[in-house]
Amino acid sequence: MNNAGPCACGDRAAILRLFPLDARETTPMITLTINGKTHQVDAPEDKPLLWVLRDDLRLTGTKFGCGAALCGACTVHVDGNPVRSCVLPASAVAGRTITTVEGLAATPIGKRVQAKWAELSVPQCGYCQSGQVMAAAALLTHVPKPTDADIDQAMSGNICRCGMYPRIRLALHQLAGTTPSATVSAPVPGVDVPPNE
Amino acid sequence: MPTLTAPSRRTFLQIAAGAGGGLVAAFYLPPTPRFAQAAATQAASTGTALQPNVFVRVTPDNWVTVVIGHTEMGQGASTVLPMMVAEELDADWQRVRWEQGPTAPEFAHPILHSQLTGGSLTTPAQFMPQRQAGAAVRAVLVAAAAKRWNVDAATLRTERSRVIDTKGSRSASYGELAAEAVGLPVPEKPVLKDPKDFTIIGKPLPRLDGPAKADGSAIFGIDVYVPNMLTAVVAHAPLFGGKARGFDATKTKAVPGVVQVVEIPTGIAVVAKDFWAAKKGRDVLTVDWDPVLGERLSSDDQRIAYQKLLDVPGMPAKSVGDVSAATKTAARTITGDYFLPYLAHAPMEPLGAVVDIRPDRAELWISTQWPGGNQDVAAEMLGLKKEQVTVHTTLTGGGFGRRSFPGHDFVREAIQIGQATKAPVKLIWTREDDIKGGAYRPAAAARMTATLDAKGTVTSIANRIVVQSIIITTPFAKLMIKDGIDPVSVEGSAFDMPYAIPNSATDLHTPDYQVPVTWMRSVGHSFNAFIKETFIDDLAHAARQDPVAFRRGLLTGKPRFLTVLDAAAKAAGWSTPPEKGVARGLALHESYGAVVANIVEASVSATRQLTIHRVVCAIDCGLVINPDLVKAQMESGIVFSLSSALFGEITLRKGVVDQGNFDDYPLVRMHQTPKIDVVLIDSREPPAGAGEPGAACIAPALGNAIFAATGERIRTLPLKHHLQIA
Repeated sequence: MNNAGPCACGDRAAILRLFPLDARETTPMITLTINGKTHQVDAPEDKPLLWVLRDDLRLTGTKFGCGAALCGACTVHVDGNPVRSCVLPASAVAGRTITTVEGLAATPIGKRVQAKWAELSVPQCGYCQSGQVMAAAALLTHVPKPTDADIDQAMSGNICRCGMYPRIRLALHQLAGTTPSATVSAPVPGVDVPPNE
Repeated sequence: MPTLTAPSRRTFLQIAAGAGGGLVAAFYLPPTPRFAQAAATQAASTGTALQPNVFVRVTPDNWVTVVIGHTEMGQGASTVLPMMVAEELDADWQRVRWEQGPTAPEFAHPILHSQLTGGSLTTPAQFMPQRQAGAAVRAVLVAAAAKRWNVDAATLRTERSRVIDTKGSRSASYGELAAEAVGLPVPEKPVLKDPKDFTIIGKPLPRLDGPAKADGSAIFGIDVYVPNMLTAVVAHAPLFGGKARGFDATKTKAVPGVVQVVEIPTGIAVVAKDFWAAKKGRDVLTVDWDPVLGERLSSDDQRIAYQKLLDVPGMPAKSVGDVSAATKTAARTITGDYFLPYLAHAPMEPLGAVVDIRPDRAELWISTQWPGGNQDVAAEMLGLKKEQVTVHTTLTGGGFGRRSFPGHDFVREAIQIGQATKAPVKLIWTREDDIKGGAYRPAAAARMTATLDAKGTVTSIANRIVVQSIIITTPFAKLMIKDGIDPVSVEGSAFDMPYAIPNSATDLHTPDYQVPVTWMRSVGHSFNAFIKETFIDDLAHAARQDPVAFRRGLLTGKPRFLTVLDAAAKAAGWSTPPEKGVARGLALHESYGAVVANIVEASVSATRQLTIHRVVCAIDCGLVINPDLVKAQMESGIVFSLSSALFGEITLRKGVVDQGNFDDYPLVRMHQTPKIDVVLIDSREPPAGAGEPGAACIAPALGNAIFAATGERIRTLPLKHHLQIA
């Protein structure tokens, strides 16, 4: 049983159908446009974008969690769509518009997402949260008023071992101005029950 | 609880010098400006800083920097420790920041006497020392102002990082006074506030590390890069305790970027210019693993062996009254056998370390829960003095006990590789290395037996446990294991439960395998709470009583438990029947000084599909430092342990671990997470921790909800073997 959730955007075969590799031999230099800047990278054809970002360009915001498109920690945007960079060859996205978490604040939605994450103390350990905010920003860009089902669909590819899903869901509803269904936790900051005698 | 004394100037200088920094600077200078917190402190501050103790620094730019010795791994240490300091210091919270400290004696764990984060101990152990540190700094700042204005210090007050002379209508900021305060006598026992006067402690302040974790600038151990650094991955034996007989690295060395292939005790390390090259090199490495050496356990055989042990008396752990006498006169006997499997912690950040080893010193950057232990191990392995080893604790992408594993497995490997390569090295364990790499929560079996009299009163309870010892291979064995009983094997069982049952007995079998085991979030409670609370539910059912009422009857004179139980029941609307098709289950458990109750609302369809609708959680963890962070920790513990209850299982076949990644070791995701409502009890007890108490109750509460829904009592986990998980 594959518990990868409803989002299939990490499937390597599917990615290669969307972004086919050119039928060229090993051309070492790859031109990548990341967060509006152009980079020339010397990388093997099969090297995933994740590792080009991290090891070649020192953009460490995008994280390695599983290497198999199962956890979502490596989520970036390619032409505005959320993609798992750990299985996406960098060579396949030469010439595309790539956004990483470092560039997310350049967009109004991205900036609001990150501010809301801080306001609601969404992160715990925070290691998954780069991927979470990328998936969240993509959702709100494409679906400005998401339902809980939309949130499930868009966000279930991102694992949070610290379990901050209720806060992520609440943050998305607050950002969208939508009302969570009755099944969503409401935040009740403060202390609730008076002291015991 | 350690008493805070301000270090002598000599001690202070030793600490500063040992970490390579100057008196004015932070204790260590990060190797790269990417470690934003400390770098920002460095860059902004000029002039003389006030730092009369290791914990607090006031700089002329009027920033208060709280230096923490604990690991920030999500639990919020980097926010709650500064809150404690800021409260007594009367600091302006907007001008408070935190910085990761070095390894230093002042940061040692109070029981284990080493710098370690775990056991839900940060808050309770630091509550007084941090407050004392803040109050001491406040006192010297007031003294400086008194001196400046030539007034009696008692006439001055403080508020939001200012010393105020109401009579003279003047004030000065802490930053302005810092230089003058240096060298003034520091009180050893400063006066602390009455908790009713708290203005920071008790507030749901947003966590300080939130922005950096939301914008991707937070640096974890895996994100550290040092000049000339290589990256390594290790090919591990498929069996625990396995060894290589030989290896062929011809293809590996032909992979562009591979620099070196070196054998270490736990396998073959491939060292390369970066991760992808190292991984590609490992993919084509051929290793001849010794066919004899290593653990060959199969999980099916373990289950059978554990089941057999349940028929045999173990080492007695505790005996109250006379269980055999009660058994002879029993009207009814209820019994149940349980089995819970090995579990992997699976923190989101992969395990690893960066090491830079020189002849006369070593520097390590690690996402670690135990920098003190790492430092000791490195010093021993390298033949260095502790002072020559610097361990930088980084922001840590989840710990849960894995990163304080006393075997220090991944740290040892990194050091061995560093010794061989003579260059700085980053070791990365892939997810497969992690899931297959051991140091699991041990598998456990148990038999619960209870007797009831004719009136349905429980007259005795007997609890037999079978589990590998977590402590026995650690440096704490001598301290903690008494009369053959590892205390964490029996914690949370009948051994220490609060219910008034007149006769009880707990005994323990401690089997031994080469499968390494260690503490995982709530440790013994992670299996014993499930066993105990589902069995108590059985007894309630046998006595034909409501589960809340049944427990209340056994908790006379236990007000903390009753308050939590009642609060959960009220929040869940327990006295009102749930809607059609929905059933409720309850669990109540104490661990780490906190009392928690969970009530789960769930449904099981005709096709055995389980849906969890809601979890109500009530917690008394004593005085609450940050209510929002306690609630987050409850949400966290619930979801963490829900993964264990629904899916969690590490199985072995002839010693080889079956699972490897999140496809076959699944974790709970967004669409599977129920509504979670947390109720905090406003307790005036001393603060307890919140990292682990929230992780113990969800499995039994869920098991009890399933029983209420179906009449089926499930005693083996994970639930995916019994039900369809939505």
